[in-house]
Amino acid sequence: MPEDIIVHGIEWTVKELFVYPNEYIYWSIQIVMYPYMTGLVAGAFVLSSLYHVFGQKELKEIAQFSLVFSLALLPVAALPLLLHLQQPTRAMEPLLTPHFTSAIAAFGIVFTTYALIVLSEIWFVYRKYFVEQVHALKDKPGLSNAMTRMVYRILTIGAYDVDADAIRVDKKAATVLAAIGIPVACFLHGYAGFIFGSVKANALWMSPLMPVIFIMSAVVSGIALCMLTYIVIREWQAFRRRRQGGVLEASEIKGAEKHVIDSATRYLVGFLVAAISLEMLDLIFRGYTAMKSWDILRSVMYGKDFMNIFVLQYTLGNLVPFVLLLLPGRTMKRTVLALLLVLFGVFMMRWNVVIGGQAFSLSFSGYMHYEIPIIPHSVETFKEGLFGALTVISVPFILFWIINKFVPSLQRETSSE
Amino acid sequence: MTCSRRDFLKDAVGGTLASVMPLSAFTFISSAEAKAAIAESKVRWAFLVDTNKCVGCGLCVKACKNENEIPYDAEVTRTWVERYVITKDGKTHIDSPMGGRDGYTSMEIDGQEIDPDNIDKAFFVPKLCNQCDNPACVQVCPVGATYQTNDGVVLIDRNWCIGCGYCIMACPYGVRFFHPVHKVADKCNFCYHRISKGMEPACVECCSFGARRLANLKDPDDPVTKIITTERVAVLKDEYGTKPHVFYLGLDANVR
Repeated sequence: MPEDIIVHGIEWTVKELFVYPNEYIYWSIQIVMYPYMTGLVAGAFVLSSLYHVFGQKELKEIAQFSLVFSLALLPVAALPLLLHLQQPTRAMEPLLTPHFTSAIAAFGIVFTTYALIVLSEIWFVYRKYFVEQVHALKDKPGLSNAMTRMVYRILTIGAYDVDADAIRVDKKAATVLAAIGIPVACFLHGYAGFIFGSVKANALWMSPLMPVIFIMSAVVSGIALCMLTYIVIREWQAFRRRRQGGVLEASEIKGAEKHVIDSATRYLVGFLVAAISLEMLDLIFRGYTAMKSWDILRSVMYGKDFMNIFVLQYTLGNLVPFVLLLLPGRTMKRTVLALLLVLFGVFMMRWNVVIGGQAFSLSFSGYMHYEIPIIPHSVETFKEGLFGALTVISVPFILFWIINKFVPSLQRETSSE
Repeated sequence: MTCSRRDFLKDAVGGTLASVMPLSAFTFISSAEAKAAIAESKVRWAFLVDTNKCVGCGLCVKACKNENEIPYDAEVTRTWVERYVITKDGKTHIDSPMGGRDGYTSMEIDGQEIDPDNIDKAFFVPKLCNQCDNPACVQVCPVGATYQTNDGVVLIDRNWCIGCGYCIMACPYGVRFFHPVHKVADKCNFCYHRISKGMEPACVECCSFGARRLANLKDPDDPVTKIITTERVAVLKDEYGTKPHVFYLGLDANVR
């Protein structure tokens, strides 16, 4: 066989016992990343909406950051899908010829709708700031100032009216958008769950609970990532200040604020309980009804994937952070550890769904193991390997860094709210 | 910036019209109109596999790979033959190395030597695309690159498939795979290029034992159709509601 002819999936699939000849792990790490990143987007948005819609004042600071961070995460929700396609140049086809009986066909539409909502909400929240910048940079010399001013002028889209009435309208618009955004964010992610839950051929995936489980764990992971990033950035800023020997002013950086973290933690734990309850319900129901597929599912869950499911996901990713967050006398360090574990737990949940769903053959008579390519030796083993996943994870932070240059979500008193 | 309500409304209406007018060039057709445009076919292709006749020689797999240009040594195939050996201890041993392409000459299954005296029963089961009436693969294709023809065969447009793999995941029979050269989804289509010209599929033509036969269900005089309609045939995995159209004679309960 010529060397360039490589069957997709053969490089990372190890078969055991009887597996149909064409079966491989076709959906690998990038499809684990897809619901993970989408979940982070949705969760970040829900966190920001808790403030904008439900007026949770103590979340104000983290809400502004979450909103901008969800924008940075947004393109990255689509990136894994693009990397996973065998024909990436045809990626726009689902928008050109959508076949609406397919759950994937609506992705472009749902995704675009959501992107527009996030973008316009940010615009309404920061419009006053953009206008102020245009005025502030007016007489400053230098090319970079002129360039920056140009960017801000574009960002205002010609709306320079910042009197009290206009700002009130802005606020109202942002609230309305945030309110519309919640169901859309949930839909964006619940729909990712539907993509899996509706595959009737897959015994593990097929469950009407799948979209709801996905939404709950999405909110958990989104809140956790926003809290974590917020704490790290805040503490880093405070650390840098202290080293420079600067005096801390009340309106300036003073590290992550405890009350912000406390209230965000309450929501995190709430959604975590909901997510775990639903997953347990799903598991118990499968065991109790013991359909034809239960024999092989049981052997995967309690045998081959026991470590991944019960040790890494449920114990290390759910139970341990749950205890860490609820035990009294919680410190910032302990919170950071708990948040890292929560993020890890949700990642393992995605892994156990996507990879676990392909861990057994459609024949129910054999198994497949996914051996993630570590050192890539081709484009394919890069994309569908460890480094492909790391690329996807790092992009939102780079994007956030760039966006935050123009939309300073971490400075206090920049938004119009 | 000032903009009166009247100006805003005027511009909004104008802008909407300007962007919508070009769309009027497109027309929506109802599903009834679409059906009328495609004449009702006189053909519904189906397949009959007589497992009693299959000897597991693998000629069908060879013929299929050559006819349909699936790289010969690539470990994917449009059709394959499974071997089932049920031993006296009640265990079912199944294998299909290289899709059974090279025939079954060894007594070894999965590294385990089977003692001939210990066998209750053993048989071969050829598999191929079931050309379902309610195909899950067609339902989930996000771009409509895989579709059902009016004579029942499910085809794939190689120039339009984006290679997302959703159809591969959706098929309960595992007949789909990514073509290693074209990098798009691929599967058996009953040799559509042959049957639409009055020829037999490659696997049917080369089967010396008559284990594989093609049928036109809409032709009551078709001898294979007569077997399907008058004898006791079974299909694979009917619990998925896909309405498969590959019928089996002598299908054992152990077959997966």
